[in-house]
Amino acid sequence: MEWHDDGIILGLRRHGETSAIVELFTPSHGRHLGLVRGGRSRRQQVVLQPGNSVHATWRARLDEHLGTFVIEPDVSRAAALMESQTALYAFATLAAHIRLLPERDPHPEIFVRFMEALPLLPDPQAGAQEIVRFELTLLADLGFGLDLTECASTGGRQELVFVSPKSGRAVSREAGIPYADRLLKLPEFLRLEDADASTDDLAAGFALTGYFLKRHVFEPRRIALPVERERLIARLKS
Amino acid sequence: MTSATSPELDRLIQLLARLPGLGPRSARRAVLHLIKKREQLLVPLADALHSAAEHITICATCGNVDTSDPCAICVDPRRDPATLCVVEDVSDLWALERAKATRGRYHVLGGTLSPLDGIGPDDLSIAPLVARAKDPAVTEVILAVNATVEGQTTAHYVTDMLHDADVKVTRLAHGVPVGGELDYLDDGTLAAAMRSRTPF
Repeated sequence: MEWHDDGIILGLRRHGETSAIVELFTPSHGRHLGLVRGGRSRRQQVVLQPGNSVHATWRARLDEHLGTFVIEPDVSRAAALMESQTALYAFATLAAHIRLLPERDPHPEIFVRFMEALPLLPDPQAGAQEIVRFELTLLADLGFGLDLTECASTGGRQELVFVSPKSGRAVSREAGIPYADRLLKLPEFLRLEDADASTDDLAAGFALTGYFLKRHVFEPRRIALPVERERLIARLKS
Repeated sequence: MTSATSPELDRLIQLLARLPGLGPRSARRAVLHLIKKREQLLVPLADALHSAAEHITICATCGNVDTSDPCAICVDPRRDPATLCVVEDVSDLWALERAKATRGRYHVLGGTLSPLDGIGPDDLSIAPLVARAKDPAVTEVILAVNATVEGQTTAHYVTDMLHDADVKVTRLAHGVPVGGELDYLDDGTLAAAMRSRTPF
């Protein structure tokens, strides 16, 4: 068995004295682990840092084997991530979300969203917006997508400022005002791609996606939302 | 069929083969060498191992390994009590000591945060570090962790935890190593070195 693909390094763990098991996220082969021989050498350690883009070749005798990766560097992002606390928390949040996906199962839409988010992570505001959008894509990919295009009550497409926690559908200002205390806020940057997001908007975005992620994804698996996500939100508020 | 080696030697070979850098073949060679140098190597090694197993302990203050608790570094009056140098592992502490890089005291975290390995904050010695940093005598905490994504994530987490302690938090510089040629450095290190440039 052999394939070639591009990918992003999500994490790695030591294996023996000289090798490493690398966790890669690829467009065609999903989240895939493999052994990198000599992965703890000085030359390879620089390449095998989470966040870096690489070209990978995977080989194994049988498909169900762990297999070995031969990895060549493409884009080095780890150093830029390391400079910023929010970027590191943001990357760890994204990696934790991707670990919810089954191994070796391609999720091209999530990969595209991940690739869009990565270069923006060193910018706290832009990076946080991308994480909220990534979480919406993740929910949709897992079968729990929110409908933020029209009002669940009136069918209108204007002034959508709330989301129903029951249906996951948008609600207009007019229809939602009487129930405002029970509805989730829909920040403008989730409706308009170019809209700027304030700290309150980002908090509302994280509250929105966090609510549905918790209900549909994390609680059924009896796990908590990633602690890095909480640290990121706290950092953005401070 | 009888074995060519006695059960005692087999056990010795098996145990040595479990050491880092040794496999069954190299362990067998090491055992043969020890037997040939019985008086010069085997007996002193056995004594040293016995003594180490008997006396070596982990310092409850800093996490260093030594024959006493607190360790020799923690009780050394010539050490600067104002500086705490945080390292991932005892091997890092030894590296800094070899380099005589700091006269401060140390704190060994015992690893880094690693989601893939399931290592969280509770698995590291972070709470004792925060308690030590709150000592009024401590004015600076140096985060001497590895320049890896996991190391730096841990460093940022520790910085957050030290928020309430009245200490200056510093970290090791990132950039061009001594003897490094720019042409051979990776893009990320070069960019980090450029960002961290200092007046000259």
